[in-house]
Amino acid sequence: MARFGMVIDTVRCVGCMDCVVACKTENNVPEGFNRDWIAYDVSGSYPTPHMEIRSERCNHCDNPPCVSCCPTGASHVHDVGGVVLVDHDKCIGCKGCIAACPYGARFIHPDGYADKCTFCIHRVEQGQDPACVAVCPTHCMHFGDLDDPNSEVSQLLASRKHHVLMPDAGTKPRIFYLT
Amino acid sequence: MSSFSRRKFLKISAATVTVASGAAAFAKAPSAPEKPSKRAAKGIQRIPTYCDICFWKCGAIATVKDGKLWKVEGNPEDPLSRGRLCPRGTGGVGAHFDPDRLRRPLIRRSDRGREEWQEVSWDEAFAYIAKKMHAIKQNYGPEAVALFAHGIGGAFLKHTLKAYGTPNITAPSFAQCRGPRDAGFWLTYGEEVGSPERTDIKNAQCLVLIGSHLGENMHNSQVQEFADAVGNGATIIVADPRFSVAASKAKHYLPIKPGTDLALLLAWMHVLVTEGLYNKEYVAKHGFGFEQFAASLAPYTPEWAYPETGIAPDTIRATAREMARYQPATLVHPGRHSTWYGDDAQRSRAVALLNALLGSWGSKGGFYAPASMDVPGFPYPPYPKSEKGKVDNPGNRYPFAHEPITTGIREATITGKPYPVKGWFVYATNLIQALPNEAETIKAIQNLDLLVVVDVIPNEIAGWADVVLPEAVYLERYDDLNVELFREPFVALRQPVVDAPDDQKPNWWMAKRLAEVMGLGQYYPWKDIEEYLNHRLTAAGLSFDELKAKGIIRGAPQPIFADEGAPLTFDTPSGKIEFFSPQLQAAGFDPVPVYTKHPEPPAGAFRLLFGRAPVHSFSRTQSNRILSDMMAENEVWINEDVAQRLELKSGDYVRLKNQDNVVSLPIRVKATQRIRPDCVYMVHGFGHTARGLKHAFGKGASDSQLITRYATDPLMGGTGMNINFVTLEPEATRG
Repeated sequence: MARFGMVIDTVRCVGCMDCVVACKTENNVPEGFNRDWIAYDVSGSYPTPHMEIRSERCNHCDNPPCVSCCPTGASHVHDVGGVVLVDHDKCIGCKGCIAACPYGARFIHPDGYADKCTFCIHRVEQGQDPACVAVCPTHCMHFGDLDDPNSEVSQLLASRKHHVLMPDAGTKPRIFYLT
Repeated sequence: MSSFSRRKFLKISAATVTVASGAAAFAKAPSAPEKPSKRAAKGIQRIPTYCDICFWKCGAIATVKDGKLWKVEGNPEDPLSRGRLCPRGTGGVGAHFDPDRLRRPLIRRSDRGREEWQEVSWDEAFAYIAKKMHAIKQNYGPEAVALFAHGIGGAFLKHTLKAYGTPNITAPSFAQCRGPRDAGFWLTYGEEVGSPERTDIKNAQCLVLIGSHLGENMHNSQVQEFADAVGNGATIIVADPRFSVAASKAKHYLPIKPGTDLALLLAWMHVLVTEGLYNKEYVAKHGFGFEQFAASLAPYTPEWAYPETGIAPDTIRATAREMARYQPATLVHPGRHSTWYGDDAQRSRAVALLNALLGSWGSKGGFYAPASMDVPGFPYPPYPKSEKGKVDNPGNRYPFAHEPITTGIREATITGKPYPVKGWFVYATNLIQALPNEAETIKAIQNLDLLVVVDVIPNEIAGWADVVLPEAVYLERYDDLNVELFREPFVALRQPVVDAPDDQKPNWWMAKRLAEVMGLGQYYPWKDIEEYLNHRLTAAGLSFDELKAKGIIRGAPQPIFADEGAPLTFDTPSGKIEFFSPQLQAAGFDPVPVYTKHPEPPAGAFRLLFGRAPVHSFSRTQSNRILSDMMAENEVWINEDVAQRLELKSGDYVRLKNQDNVVSLPIRVKATQRIRPDCVYMVHGFGHTARGLKHAFGKGASDSQLITRYATDPLMGGTGMNINFVTLEPEATRG
C-alpha cells in the first residue's frame, strides 16, 4: 500500500501563499481559516540573517497523536495512502485533536467539526496532485508515495539534504523540507 | 490590538457609513451575488480566459460548478503562466464574490468626496456624462478631458476618448512606476525592456537584483523563472536595504544604504573596466562612446563607494568579478517600479550600461528579443487631430518622456496651464493611492467639471467621482485580445465565465454606448464585441471558435537570441549602444551617469520605503475576501534593535508621521532582523479610507498618504517617491 508524503524544496519556495489560496478555493475553506500556511523561519541578525520559508500543513504523521486521542474514531488513517482524515459526521468538536497536534494543523470548522489538510485525497484518488502542489508557481512542492523508491519524492529525499518539523515529538511526520 | 477592539472599530465605521450616506448604495450590497447565472448548467464547465488581478495577463482556466464559479487555474497552453497562476490569480474567485463591489451606476448627490450617491440607470448616467462632455468641448475644446487608465481593460474607453478628440490619455505605470527604467534603456539601446520584461531569468547563471523584490513582487513568469534560476544554482546577488525573500536566496546580499544604488552601479562598472573584465569584443562591436564613458568612471572606486553605500570594497570587487565570470549569462535585472529618488532614469541607464559591459543584451541568460503575432487592429475611422497637442509636458520640459505624464496632467488641471483640463475619466486605477501627494490630486479634482470613475470596487478615487460606473470583473466579460510580446508569439482571449451578479457592465459596452450617446457611433461599426474580436482574428487568419475553446493560440517560435539569428540592432542615433549619450548632452543632461548624493533622514527619523506583497495588487485587492484572508493589513517593518530602543515590539500599533506632519492610520509593528536601521518598509495598498470598502476600511496604513514629497526626474517627469522620512508614534488605544 502507498504511503503518501510531500517533499517541499525550501530553496525554491518564495512564500507567495499560492498553496494557501489554492487550498482555500479547491476545498472551499471558510473565511478566517486556512488548512495550510507559510512559516518564515528567521535566525541570525542583520545584515546576515538566515531565512527558511516553508509551506506548512498537517504532516499526516505515521504516528498521529490526533488519531490516538480521538474519542469517537472521527480522526482516522485513511486506507488510501495512509492519509490522516476526519470523518465530519463522527466528530463531536471536542478539540482533543487540536490540543494533541504539535503542528497547529487543525481548527474547528464553523460547522462544528475538526478540519485540516486532507492531502486533497479527492484529487489524488483521481490521479491529480493536491491543489497546493499543482498550483505552486515555483514548482517547489512534490507529492507521492514515500514507500516507492522510484517515486519523485523518494528520489529527492535520497539525493538532497532534508529535515522534518519537530522530529523529537515522535510523530514521524511525512512532510519533508529540502534545504 | 485585540479582536474585540477591531470588531468594535469596524462596527462604528459601518454605522458612520449608514448615517452619512442615507440611501447608502454601497451599504445595500448583499453578502454574496444571488442572481442565478444564465449559464447555470449542472455539472462542471471549464472555460479558458486570461487573468486581470494584475496586468501580467496570465492565461487561466476557470471551473464553474453547477453554474457557480469554483476555482481559477493556470492554462497549461499559456507561455506566461505555464499552467500555474500566482496567488492573486488563484484568488481571483474572490473578485467575483466580493460583497463590497459596485453594483449600479451612481451619480453624486452631495459634495465631492462625501461618497453620497444616487443610483441611476445606465441611460441616465450616460446622458449626464455626455451633456457635461459636450459643454467641456464647447467651452474648452476636447483636449480638456483626460483619461487615466490602467490595464488592457481601458482599450475601448481610450478609443472613445480619442474619437471625442483628446490626446490626453495616461497611466500611472509610466511616471509613477516603470518610466525611468524605460527612458534609461531607450536612451542606451534605443529600445525598452517592455512588459513582460524581456529578461531571460531562467537561463541566467548570475542574476543581480537591485531593489527588485521578485517573489514578493509576484509577476508570475518572472517569479517562476527566478525559482528556476535559484534551482539551477545561479549565483544570485541582491542589493536591497531590506533582507527580501530574494535576498534569502542570494549568495551575496548587499545591505545597501537607501538612495545610493547609483554609487554601487558606478563602482561595479569601475571594477569591470579597470580590471579589464568587461566583454571587450561586444563593447567594441556594439558600443558608442566607450572611451569617454570609461574615463568618467575613474573617480568611482570601490573605496569611494564604501562610505556612500555601506558596502565594503572587497564585496563590491568580489560581486563585480562574479558578474564578469558568468557573462554574457549575467542578468542585471532592470527592475520595474523605479521611481525612487528623482535621478532614476540616469540610474536605470547605469543598469543598462552595466548589462552592456557584460554583453547580456541579446544573449541567453540576459535579454531576449521578444516575439509576437501579427494581429491587425480594427479598421476604425481616423481620430480627429488635436490642435492643442498634449497637456502634460508643455515645452517638452521632460524631453525623454515617451508616454504622457499623469502628474503633468494633474498639474495642468490645477494651474489651467498650458490649457485648462476640466474632465477626468479614471479607469481601474485608484489615483488617490497611485499618485504621490494626495492633496494635489484632490486640489485638481476640485477644478473639474466632470470626474467619471469606472471600477469594480468603491475605492478612494470613486469616492471623489461625479459619476461611478460599475464594471463587470474580468471573469464576467470579454476584453480586447492580448497579443503578447514574449518568448514566443501568442494571442489570448478574455471571455466571460460567469454572469455579473447585478447591473455591472463590461467596459467595451460602456465605451460603445457612451460614444453612441455622444454622437460618435461611427467609431463603433461593430454590433458587439464578439463581432469585433471575430473581425480581428479573421484578419489575422485565426479562428475565434478555436480561441474560445483553447483560450490561447500560439504562433511559430521565432529566434529570440542573437546567436539564434535574432537581429541585434540598436535604434539609437548612433545605431549602437550609447555608453556616452549625445542626445542627453544636447538636451543639457549628463551624457554619462553621474552620482549625486541624496538627503538622509534627520536623527530619529527613518526613510519610508514601500513595496509589494505576493497576495495583493496595488490598492485593488484588499476587499477580495480570499486575498484579505492571506493578508488583511500591512505592517511597518523596523529593525529589531531600533524597535527595542524605541520600546516597540512586533504586534504593537504605531502611527507614522512624516516630515510634513501627515499622520497615518495605525499600523502594526514588525520588528525584524531583515531591515536596515535607517529605514522602515511597508507594503503598498492598505489603509483604505473609502467607506464603501467595508472589509478593507481602516486596515493598515497607506504609504501614499505619507508620500507628500516627490522628486521629479528631469529627463522624463517620473516622481521619485522614496524621499519621505517618518517617525513612529505609539498608538495608545491599540496593541
